[in-house]
Amino acid sequence: MSLTSNPAPVDWQKASYVAAQAADARVNVELETEGMILNIGPQHPATHGTLRVVVRLDGEEVVWAEPICGYMHRGYEKLTEVRTYPQVTTLINRIDWLGSFANEVPFILGAEQLMGIEAPPRAQWIRTIFFEMARIANLTLFLGDMGVQLGALTPVFYAFRDREYVLNLIESATGGRFHPNYDRIGGLKDDLPRGWIDECQGAMRKVRSFCDELEDLLMGNEIFQARTRGIGVIPAAIGLDYGMSGANIRASGIDWDLRRDSESPLAWKEVDWKVWTHPDGDSFARYWVRLQEVREATSIVDQLLEGLPAGPIMSKVPKIIKVPAGEVWCHTENPLGEMGYYIVSQGGLGPFRCKIRSASFNNVSILSWLLKGVYVPDVITILASLYFILGDIDR
Amino acid sequence: MSPADTPSPEGAAEGAPEKAPESAAEPVTAPEPETAPEPEAAPEPEAAPEPEAAPEPEPEPVDPKLQVLIDSLRERLGDGFVASDVVGGDLWVRVDVSQWRRAAEVAKGELGMDYFCFLSGIDWLPNPLLAGRDVWDPNPNEASEAAVDEPVGTIHTGIAGGDTRFQVFARLYSTRTHVGITLKADLDDESPTAPSLTSVYRGADWHEREAWEMYGFDFEGHPGLRHMYLPGEFEGHPLRKDFPMLAREVKPWPGLVDKEQIPGEAAEPDASETVSSEEAAAT
Amino acid sequence: MTALPLLAIELSYWQATAIKLGAVMTVIPLGSLVLVYVFLFKMMSHMQSRLGPMEAGPHGTLQVLAEAGKFLQKEDIFPARADRAVFGLAPVVVIVSTFMLYAVIPAGPDLIVEDLDVGVFFALAVGSISVIGILMAGWSSASKYSLLGALRSAGQLIAYELPLVLAVVGVVIQAGTMSLQGIVHAQADGEIFGFGLIGNPFILTQFIGFVIFLIAAQAELTQTPFDMPVAESELVAGYMTEYSGFRFLFFFIAEFGSAFALSGIAATLFLGGWYVPFLPDGLLGNLAGPAVLGAKIMFVAFLIFWMRFTFPRFREDQLQAIAWKFLIPASLANIVVTGILKVVM
Repeated sequence: MSLTSNPAPVDWQKASYVAAQAADARVNVELETEGMILNIGPQHPATHGTLRVVVRLDGEEVVWAEPICGYMHRGYEKLTEVRTYPQVTTLINRIDWLGSFANEVPFILGAEQLMGIEAPPRAQWIRTIFFEMARIANLTLFLGDMGVQLGALTPVFYAFRDREYVLNLIESATGGRFHPNYDRIGGLKDDLPRGWIDECQGAMRKVRSFCDELEDLLMGNEIFQARTRGIGVIPAAIGLDYGMSGANIRASGIDWDLRRDSESPLAWKEVDWKVWTHPDGDSFARYWVRLQEVREATSIVDQLLEGLPAGPIMSKVPKIIKVPAGEVWCHTENPLGEMGYYIVSQGGLGPFRCKIRSASFNNVSILSWLLKGVYVPDVITILASLYFILGDIDR
Repeated sequence: MSPADTPSPEGAAEGAPEKAPESAAEPVTAPEPETAPEPEAAPEPEAAPEPEAAPEPEPEPVDPKLQVLIDSLRERLGDGFVASDVVGGDLWVRVDVSQWRRAAEVAKGELGMDYFCFLSGIDWLPNPLLAGRDVWDPNPNEASEAAVDEPVGTIHTGIAGGDTRFQVFARLYSTRTHVGITLKADLDDESPTAPSLTSVYRGADWHEREAWEMYGFDFEGHPGLRHMYLPGEFEGHPLRKDFPMLAREVKPWPGLVDKEQIPGEAAEPDASETVSSEEAAAT
Repeated sequence: MTALPLLAIELSYWQATAIKLGAVMTVIPLGSLVLVYVFLFKMMSHMQSRLGPMEAGPHGTLQVLAEAGKFLQKEDIFPARADRAVFGLAPVVVIVSTFMLYAVIPAGPDLIVEDLDVGVFFALAVGSISVIGILMAGWSSASKYSLLGALRSAGQLIAYELPLVLAVVGVVIQAGTMSLQGIVHAQADGEIFGFGLIGNPFILTQFIGFVIFLIAAQAELTQTPFDMPVAESELVAGYMTEYSGFRFLFFFIAEFGSAFALSGIAATLFLGGWYVPFLPDGLLGNLAGPAVLGAKIMFVAFLIFWMRFTFPRFREDQLQAIAWKFLIPASLANIVVTGILKVVM
């Protein structure tokens, strides 16, 4: 017991630092004695990273909640101002690190729009394939992870197992499992290796069988439905007001998908696919919509692989890229939602200002409204179903 | 390669003299760029390739959907409507900052902009670190050559013009008609203030907090401006151009061009400034 | 006393008790470690399409020993604001409650520590002492997460005691005795419609009771789908969050020891305990009995852990609703029907 007796004398510097950190939250805590303030995070298994949600509880019911982010802020928007365009591509891979290729695409498309160049068709099709594979990689993790948050430990292992096929494919073509850094202004870095198309079709089959398995195992489970139906209902108008996008808002019934509804040089218009919506707007709906989206993504990839045009994958661009002056707003339907870049160029080697509009930032801002009056286990369910990535919130 | 097709800031009545949009050193030989016409632009054909001799490119005929937005805003805001521009199929509208909230209300109520995309700011002051362009620009072209002569700190503003160093801008979108609008407003240089949009769009709350934190914009009517990302005692506003970036002050940028040979490619000549001008001359 | 006729040796009361205690003290950790390895490491891993620990020993069999060693050599941490006495005592209370369960489980015709006439009553009573230990752990940890976990578990464990007890009452009515050894004999000597070869395992007639007992046992062990108190993705480890080292090992052994013991009780009450048809008498019977009981325990534990790794968890209010609105009425109905049939038939 001598190891634990005689505590060290008070370190005042550290104490004041801790007090400053505590005041940091600038949370408006009323001086009541009722209710318990609970800190969910920043280190917590349920918050997908370093998100901190401060809640005041009345028993197990949340009376007031406030999400506090910024524990992972890396200052991307300032960094892009002193980077060349290819260097920025490397940076922005790491915003949403699960579906990384999808982060590069809107930026590259915006820069190409400013330069007035178009990538050749083969490159656009392969970009679309990789975009959808990023979506699959991202959303399959969600499908398994939501089970873990609710207590079902097993589906997540199936998710990781089947995700490995997709990641291996991405690595074989680009060299990186998580951060492919594959997109270039004017096209792609390299063409696909030999045999890639067959392997990809095999991987898509496996992902589809995983989706079927999960539909029975998890989504059909009565306990899962009891935990997710009716929890965290987001009315469509409020969701749009907060700027929620992607599967979150489609689960509230809004039929909006930028792949279909915006002009984009990528190849989504060349294939047949469906936008999935669900009228309920609760956590189950969000899970259901994402499951269907994974299936749809595999079907898109299959169709694209069949019709892949031949040709060059890079158009003629100078070695050192300088984008002419102008402003452009370019957005795409990323796995997490709508992601966009507002690029201001003044003719230099890098952007003058690059505003990164990330989906999770808006998705998480709804939490303070959404979490009122829910139980603590439901807080976990809601956090899991909204599906944010910390890099996306904090940039 | 027609100058008209390069999206350039045009139509701004005010603002500093624009830089020439063409970058003569760019060997852009790609096919017709994709400033594609809106599919609903029914009877009017898109601007045909301009005759090379035209000094000023003709303004493209505006998509009727966007024209409706412009007209409604102009009607509702009156004097508050300062300028508008359509570039690449997208609409920019600059309004007076006193009408900032009114513009958002009009957009939400009448123009059907139900989706709040984002709100942020731009600091148009050129980065003092990057001044002295002959130092950092290994590939000088006509535009940057011209820029060397102007005094450091000259502000060039963007689409729909601008008078001041700071601008706040927001993007709104309609999920039904799939049309978006970028609103801009000039802010005072000394104490940039704008009305808060939280009463119109709830999502503006967090974006305004971030803009306050990064630029120092004050939003009147915001429930509580406090730090979003940065710790409590942080001083300064990081995204302002005069906020120092210590790593870059120590180490100049962009440094040397990478000389490592890519496997499979023929060995390249010494990758200094000469390469790009050679290639530029070749194509 | 009971060892006398078996080994034909005169043993005083204290010597016999010492031997019995020694046997129990080896069985408990051994049993729980076997459960940990087979179900937690290997069955869980294989269900999740992975292999589990493979390095320590053949197929990772010695991993459990490594785990035990790891826990024992960890630093003994007390949270600064924790109530030391209570904090240290809580795991002891929980594990004592587990140990006492083993006093009444018969492992063979003569292998029982003490054949109480109220064996079942005793077992269920001491099993519920662990609630106190859990509350002590959660309160004294001086952590809000631990407190939440402890309060949840108090509600849950008390709620599920009732179905557990009521499910057993049906068995007691049918056997006519509360002594566990007596219940085994009742099953061994019983007949199914005059067919006496395999005895009368009560699972056939008390099937509803068996199911209710299993569900209630799952809740008593705080296993998923009833693991709100230890909800790993919410409370990290619930009331055990602040514990490390050998105190955590106490909780761990208590958890799996209780699983072993409750499976043993379930096997005894419903599956016939140590009895199989054609069990030899005497010494051979007393050697075969534990093996038979072990096999039946493995089966019941398999069911418990299979449910654990498959289902998500219930929310606290849903959990309570199941206990109060579904399990208790069902078990009461079971008692009524059993009583009527016992009198009639």
